[in-house]
Amino acid sequence: MKLDAKIPSGPVQDKWDKARFELKLVNPANKRHHKVIIVGSGLAGASAAATLAELGYDVECFCFQDSPRRAHSIAAQGGINAAKNYQNDGDSVYRLFYDTVKGGDYRSREANVYRLAQVSVNIIDQCVAQGVPFAREYGGVLANRSFGGAQVSRTFYARGQTGQQLLLGAYSALNRQIAHGKVKMHPRTEMLDLVVVDGHARGIITRDLITGEIRPWAADAVLLATGGYGNVFYLSTNAKNCNVTATYRAYKRGAGFANPCFTQIHPTCIPVSGDYQSKLTLMSESLRNDGRVWVPRNKADLNKAPKDIPPEDRYYYLEERYPSFGNLVPRDVASRAAKKVCDDGFGVSKTGEAVYLDFATAIERDGKPAIEDRYGNLFEMYERISGENPYKTPMRIYPAVHYTMGGLWVDYNLMSNVPGLHVLGEANFSDHGANRLGASALMQGLADGYFVIPYTLGNYIATEYTGEVSTKHPAFARAEAEVRERQRKLLEIGSKSGSSRKSVDYFHRKLGKIMWEYCGMARNAAGLQKALTQIPELREQFWKQAYVPGGADELNPWLEKAGRVADFLEFSELMCHDALYRDESCGGHFREEHQTEEGEAVRRDDEFAHGAIWEYAGVGTPPTLHKEPLEFENVKLTTRSYK
Amino acid sequence: MDIKLKIWRQSGPKQAGFYEDHRVVADPHMSFLEMLDVLNEQLLEAGKDAVAFDHDCREGICGACSMVINGNPHGPRAGTTACQLHMREYHDGDEIVIEPWRAAAFPIIKDLVVDRSAFDRIQHAGGYVSVGTGSAPDANTIPIGKRESDEAFDYAACIGCGACVAACPNASAMLFVSSKVAHLSLLPQGKVERKVRVRKMVAAMDAEGFGGCTNHGECSAACPKSISVDAIALLNREYMFAGLARD
Ligand SMILES: Cc1cc2nc3c(=O)[nH]c(=O)nc-3n(C[C@H](O)[C@H](O)[C@H](O)COP(=O)(O)OP(=O)(O)OC[C@H]3O[C@@H](n4cnc5c(N)ncnc54)[C@H](O)[C@@H]3O)c2cc1C
Ligand code: SF4
Ligand code: FES
Repeated sequence: MKLDAKIPSGPVQDKWDKARFELKLVNPANKRHHKVIIVGSGLAGASAAATLAELGYDVECFCFQDSPRRAHSIAAQGGINAAKNYQNDGDSVYRLFYDTVKGGDYRSREANVYRLAQVSVNIIDQCVAQGVPFAREYGGVLANRSFGGAQVSRTFYARGQTGQQLLLGAYSALNRQIAHGKVKMHPRTEMLDLVVVDGHARGIITRDLITGEIRPWAADAVLLATGGYGNVFYLSTNAKNCNVTATYRAYKRGAGFANPCFTQIHPTCIPVSGDYQSKLTLMSESLRNDGRVWVPRNKADLNKAPKDIPPEDRYYYLEERYPSFGNLVPRDVASRAAKKVCDDGFGVSKTGEAVYLDFATAIERDGKPAIEDRYGNLFEMYERISGENPYKTPMRIYPAVHYTMGGLWVDYNLMSNVPGLHVLGEANFSDHGANRLGASALMQGLADGYFVIPYTLGNYIATEYTGEVSTKHPAFARAEAEVRERQRKLLEIGSKSGSSRKSVDYFHRKLGKIMWEYCGMARNAAGLQKALTQIPELREQFWKQAYVPGGADELNPWLEKAGRVADFLEFSELMCHDALYRDESCGGHFREEHQTEEGEAVRRDDEFAHGAIWEYAGVGTPPTLHKEPLEFENVKLTTRSYK
Repeated sequence: MDIKLKIWRQSGPKQAGFYEDHRVVADPHMSFLEMLDVLNEQLLEAGKDAVAFDHDCREGICGACSMVINGNPHGPRAGTTACQLHMREYHDGDEIVIEPWRAAAFPIIKDLVVDRSAFDRIQHAGGYVSVGTGSAPDANTIPIGKRESDEAFDYAACIGCGACVAACPNASAMLFVSSKVAHLSLLPQGKVERKVRVRKMVAAMDAEGFGGCTNHGECSAACPKSISVDAIALLNREYMFAGLARD
């Protein structure tokens, strides 16, 4: 596997300018002869599809939802960062860059992050021009707030539904190109394989989710903007249908998977209430701006109503442990701190896995209307789910899987090691290192789609494009046959399993438990070894007992699910291999063997200041490791301290 | 709690549908869709075909979930999608009837799953500001009053679920279309193309076979984002204005 990050030379501030000048252009008249496949219509996919179509490319865009507007990006709540410095509070491109590299615990690539911070300012301009109704001040200018881990107010937001408003903006740009005939949109169509011809990504195989039709598509380049794989844990804040299939199948076709174990656990989610739980709901991190996190100091108070516990008997553990950042410490730090107090027996729910997030101080200080204006819809959502009124009693929260920093390896141009295969948004590994800062995923998705890929894709086409390929090439027939065979096998298990049959969810839940237990908020070598023996056993059971009703030629949600869970059952092993290999604690990856006496993470820069990129070697065979060394020319590696 | 269910089953767009009876034991903390998951798990473990329904985010924002519950699109609770509904709304022994959205413009695909692509096509017709990537001025160049911006937001909150159509005796899409029109025409960025937009979107709506609006107001009552019927009045004004004025 050849990994060349293609980082432009020169000072970090000049790299993107230099690249934009050096990247080759495609003649405008020729662009329409180049077909580009984009899988995904979330922020990354929709923005890329719209922008590439505006430039003149012939775009085919796919998503599995019934409308591109429903992509998982729609659910983002809190906001999007940009180094606009509208608040004059000391922000700058350099500071956003610095915060992101530090927040990622020094496991991301400086050049990519700097570019992200640079283009962040253009994103806000673009979205406002599309009609995105960001929050405003009375004077008519845009409002900002500070968001988890940042000491400046650089987050733009749209009530509690920033993701929906940004996605509607990108979707409207996409619609305009659909209307012009420049994008052909294929909703309810799932990519089931990547087709590689002579080493280049030249197409995909899809299943029409309504008719079941399986068919090949050829193109000059393939872009995956298929989101993250947090649902490998079964319970996560991701939408139910998010999955790893697209990137995992690309991995099986030779694309390197980078840092798969880097998972973000979000500190403020509504706790699990029972075995039937199907997903976890995030309560936006913005709540930590005004909410104070605590648990009772004495176990004797655990059964008391929170209002009956006097202030001196409350342990505001974030404020005490991290006086300078308090409730605003980054996500990984806040999550582990919650786990610690709960592991120590101070959890405040039946399950023992919850802490309080209390708004009483803020309501007293700013008045209920101000809090309602800021968080009204979040409070309502909380009440609907939990049955408790957060204006009157503290919320109960617990960490949950939320985001995956790992993803397919890409170079500076967002191209994987398979030429022609580009990866955007949460699906790639590039910008967040071992931990993502709040409000940075939306920024990255839109940066990749609106402002990076339009430049870099042209360079691939101008310099490496190998000429037209049609679906008649035997590689397509081979991939298609494999997809059909796999589908046949999935449908066949049910007819053989008889009364031992189990639903696909049964296996998914079991896998989730293994992953949460051994590859979740805290990991250790012994646990990971255990997971590595349990996963193959579970996978074997799945292929004997999973019951998939219905047929191949109709809408069959159970067949869709079975295919995705089958991939999770292989992919989870890759995550555990990576977590086992990375014998250090960094960001969201906390290896219990590497912590200070106070329980803070200990990085091992001498041995692990690199991306770990894995090459597929067969199901059940340990993957092959490759490394991309990370060089830090601008940011000094220090121990992250939020004390 | 013991719940009796009467669920619409239909194997495909052309097949006849029917109600099927089921029983399920639910927990009051479960969401409505989790109750359906439990039912489906029972069906699957018995080797039967489970009930198909659209869902994704399960937090009331993607607009995928779509079912009529005891006659109400998204169920009994105001401003709440089916996925956010919880079983604590119900009592032991209750009977719940579950059906798909019913509208000529939303053909049934299977069980509770319908085809809402008509909504996308209405938006292709003009639900955007014509601004290419890269050509935007600085975001603070045009100040927008907080009130105007908040009002536009109230309409932009539409999640495109189609409950308004399902609730309307005429299966009209007016609330959906008007919320889209209102969002953009209230903002300076959207004003430039407001006349063309409203004409094109209304024409596209009519072409999709949605019914006309006769002011029942059921749409707004069913809307999980509580979009106000004022949107419809605004659309009518925009439409008249677009008809009278010359471009
Ligand atoms: C509850 C929640 C709140 C969040 N809040 C914030 C926030 O406030 N700020 C922030 O910055 N980030 C936030 N995030 C993270 C952020 O929303 C996501 O990381 C981001 O939206 C991902 O965008 P994307 O375009 O990469 O992928 P997605 O939006 O996940 O889109 C993936 C697309 O790929 C398609 N797809 C996937 N696989 C296939 C396949 N095999 N075939 C066909 N199509 C496929 C899907 O249909 C979809 O269109 C939040 C995340 C969650 C879960
Ligand atoms: S107007 Fe309301 S009911 Fe209609 S589609 Fe939008 S959110 Fe759904
Ligand atoms: S599942 Fe997304 S709104 Fe109900």
